[in-house]
Formats: sequence, C-alpha cells, structure tokens
Amino acid sequence: MARSITTQRKTINTVLAWAIGLLIFFPILWTILTSFKTEAQAINDPPIFLFFDWTLENYSVVQERSNYARFLWNSIFIAGGSTLLGVIIAIPAAWSMAFVPSKRTKDILLWMLSTKMLPAVGVLYPIYLLFIKFGLLDSVLGLTIVIMLINLPIIVWMLYTYFREIPVDILEAARMDGASLKSEILYVLTPMAVPGIASTLLLNFILAWNEAFWTLNLTAAKAGPLTAFIASYSSPEGLFYAKLSAASTMAILPILILGWFSQKQLVRGLTFGAVK
Amino acid sequence: MATQNSRSAARLMMAPAVILLLGWMLVPLTMTLWFSFRKYLPLRGGDQGWVGFDNYVRFVSSSSFWPSVQTTLIIVGGVLIITVVFGILLALLLDQPMWGQGVVRILVIAPFFVMPTVSALVWKNIFMDPVNGLFAHLWKFFGATPVEWLSQASVQSIIMIVSWQWLPFATLILLTAVQSLDGERLEASEMDGANPLQRFGYIVLPHLARAITIVVLIQTIFLLSIFAEIFVTTGGAFGTKTLSYLIFQRVLESQNIGLGSAGGIYAVILANIVAIFLMRIVGKNLDA
Repeated sequence: MARSITTQRKTINTVLAWAIGLLIFFPILWTILTSFKTEAQAINDPPIFLFFDWTLENYSVVQERSNYARFLWNSIFIAGGSTLLGVIIAIPAAWSMAFVPSKRTKDILLWMLSTKMLPAVGVLYPIYLLFIKFGLLDSVLGLTIVIMLINLPIIVWMLYTYFREIPVDILEAARMDGASLKSEILYVLTPMAVPGIASTLLLNFILAWNEAFWTLNLTAAKAGPLTAFIASYSSPEGLFYAKLSAASTMAILPILILGWFSQKQLVRGLTFGAVK
Repeated sequence: MATQNSRSAARLMMAPAVILLLGWMLVPLTMTLWFSFRKYLPLRGGDQGWVGFDNYVRFVSSSSFWPSVQTTLIIVGGVLIITVVFGILLALLLDQPMWGQGVVRILVIAPFFVMPTVSALVWKNIFMDPVNGLFAHLWKFFGATPVEWLSQASVQSIIMIVSWQWLPFATLILLTAVQSLDGERLEASEMDGANPLQRFGYIVLPHLARAITIVVLIQTIFLLSIFAEIFVTTGGAFGTKTLSYLIFQRVLESQNIGLGSAGGIYAVILANIVAIFLMRIVGKNLDA
C-alpha cells in the first residue's frame, strides 16, 4: 500500500492515542503509585502524583496482617489446577473433533458453548447444596473443579481452532508410514500443537484467576483466592487507601504481565474463533 | 476417510469432556427446576412441598422485579453503547500509523486483566469516595460540590466501572476486524471523492458489522451476570439491583430457594435467547 502519510498526521495520531491510552490506564497506574505512599499522602488534597516519600511499608503490613501468602497460594492452585485439568480433558476431545469430524461435531461444539452461557446465579443453590453434601464448601479442590467446568468449553474451543489449522496431510503421511495412533499423537501432532496449547493455558489461567462469582460464593476463610481477599477489604479496611492499593497491586500485577502476552489469544479464545 | 476404528476412538476421546459438561449442565439445572416448583425455605421450615407455578408468579409480581429488569437493561445497554462506540473509535485510531503503537495497545488492554473485585474496590474508594476520592478532589478544585457517586449516581457509576473493564475487549476485537479491512477499497473510494464520513458509513461500518454483533452478543451474556462489581460497591442498594443480583439475594440472603430458583429459570431462559443468536453466527463460521 503506497499511501503517503505526513509526519504531521502521524504526530497527531500519536499524541491522541497516547493521551487516551494513558487515561484508560490511569486507574491502574494511580493504584500502583498509591501503594507506595503513606496513608496520609494517599488521601492528601491536592493529590500527590510522584513527589512523595516512596515506601514499601504497605506491602509488609498487608502481608503480615492478612496472611496474603495463603490467598496467593489458593489463587495459584485454583487457577493453575483448573486450567491444567481442563486442558488434559479437552485435548483428546478437541483432537478428535478436529481430525475425525463427524456429522455431529458442529452440534457438539455449539452445545458445549451453550453450557458456558448458563447464568451462574441460576444454579447457585444446587451447586451450594452439592458442595455441602460432598464436603467441598470452602475447599480449594471444590473451586478447582467448578472453575475447570466453567472454562472447559472455552478450552475445548480454543484447542479445536488451533488443531484445525494443523495440516491433515501430515497426519496422513505419518499414517501411511505406519505410525500408530499413539505415535501419531506423540511425535507428529504434539510438537505442532504446543503453541496452541500454551496459548490456551495462558488465557484460561487468566480467566480462572479473575473469576469472581464462584470464588466469592463458595469460599470463606480457608480456600479463598485473591478475589475474595480483595473483597474482604471492602470495609472498613477499604478506607486505608495505601494498603488497599498495595493489596490490589499484588493481586493484579502478575496477571497483568501474563495478560499482555496473551493479547492475540484473547480475541480467538473469547470469540470462539469467530473473529481471528 | 476415517475408519470405523478411528471413529470409535474419537468417540472415546470426546467422552470425558462431554460427560462432564453434560453433568455440569443437567444436574444443577434439574435441581433448580425442581426447587422452582416447591416452597423451600431452609431456615424457616425446610421443604414444604409442591406449589406449582406459584414461585414463578410471585417472582415476577414482587415489587423488586420490574425495577431489577429496568436496572439490568440500563446497565447492559449503557455498557454496550459506551464500549461499542468508543471501541470503534479507538480501534480506528489504533489502526493508524503512529509511534509506540504496541505500548498504547498494552495500556488500552490492561483493564481487562484486572480482577473484578479489585476494579470495583479501587473505583469505589480511591476514585469515587465523596470525601477522599480523586474525583472529590477534582470537583473541589473546580469549586464544585463532590458527588456521592455510588449513592447519588449509583447506576451510572456502575456503568462506568463495568465499561472501563469491557472497553479493552471491544476495542481488541474491533481492532482485529479493522485490520482485515481492504485498504485498496478505501483508497479507491477516496479517489472517487468519498469524504471520511461516507467512507466510514459505507465501507468501514458494514465491514465491522459482524465483529460488532459478536461483541454485543458476548458482552451481553457476560454483562447479564455481572456480580462482583455490584456486590463490592453497593451490595444491590441505591437502585443497582440487577435481575441476577436479585436472584442471588433471594437464594443466599433471604434463603428463599423456591422463589430464587424460579428467578434462576427466568435468567436461564433470558440468557438462552441471547445465546441462540450468538451460536448462529459462530456456527456459520464453523462451516466456512
């Protein structure tokens, strides 16, 4: 495309885009900055932007007071465990639908998607009852299972769209050379599928990390992940802005960094392959 | 051509995922359906038997039903309009040549990765607090009286918080669609004398139609069940009770399981109406 773009226009674009970008990012930036202030500076009028006495005190207070490590560990275990479990269950399903499609494949995929649309609140009490019955209430295991189930349709879909892009000819060539189903999966498919699987793991880890309906409703003190930890700051600790900010920063920073790596997969994963 | 052997192997490989999802869908849904026909108050007498469609009638005739429907429509509609309109504008801007495009994209996308409880709490306290919030400082600086956002303008405040969270999603998907736009068609129309507004209306917008539809449908499904943003900020007070929050209160706060379950079935039906449209688009894409 030979379109001549004047430097002037490019400058205007740049200034405008940066201004909007910074405006959208500002709440996060402000939270991170506030986490390094003292409580008095955090509510100072006029607000202090950069020139305050930077301190790490809030971080140590939050960790001491609230057993942050346990919440963090719960988050890692629930998000990691549910994603890993989901991918293990989804790989064979997605593989068979991508490479041995039948007349019903499309219906099965759409039906799986429809389970994702089930409003959580509609099944809240049954799940609550089942959890009590099986002793899963406020347990990391119970939440891992539920979050695995709510993300399973997305995992199957993402893997399916990735697997479908693997050329079938290669599989046929392997089959002709006498490769068994097992070696076909192990030596031909797996290496080609690894990038797709990695992207799926990444996006679903993020989704599981941020899930805030079941994590709030099915946990109390023991199995709460970071979503519940932050919700407990609702009041009266919420009035301590610097500490709230430190807790928030610790809860979002790891996922923010992971998230930036998953931009592209986000579109594919959340539109079920409808926008690429 | 797949052999009979690989067909049955395929079925076997699908089985775990299918069985799990089938169970996840059928078991709780059947229970909800069952409870919805019973008078069931766990803390006040337990299961008191079959009442037919009584709960369904009572749910819609309760005084909080229509306000909650209205609130749901305003919140979902408001967020959709804001995210789609600004999403299109932002996508078109980000598609333009500029310096530091990658960094701007990262800044714009960031809110999507912030967990809902964090964004709700940060907005509620650090920005919207009427005494110490940043907005209060700003208002006072201009000599205005600070607004008590979450009580005086509660629904608008929640729309703003949720829009902030979902704007990145809309922008990202619309940007992906904008990038697949045929540059030569635009150039040709430019040479034919079409002004920017005409080019937008006749070429860009029709090209984006499908992506916009998908954004609207997917967001609707998620927005119908927003929870943490309301739970943390107002707890359903000040007219921010959406339909799903009302059901949540009936079930867990007032422990009226029959009534809440009837509401749950309404919510399932509502979500399914939206879902049918989404599935049609996604399904068409599968055939291609």
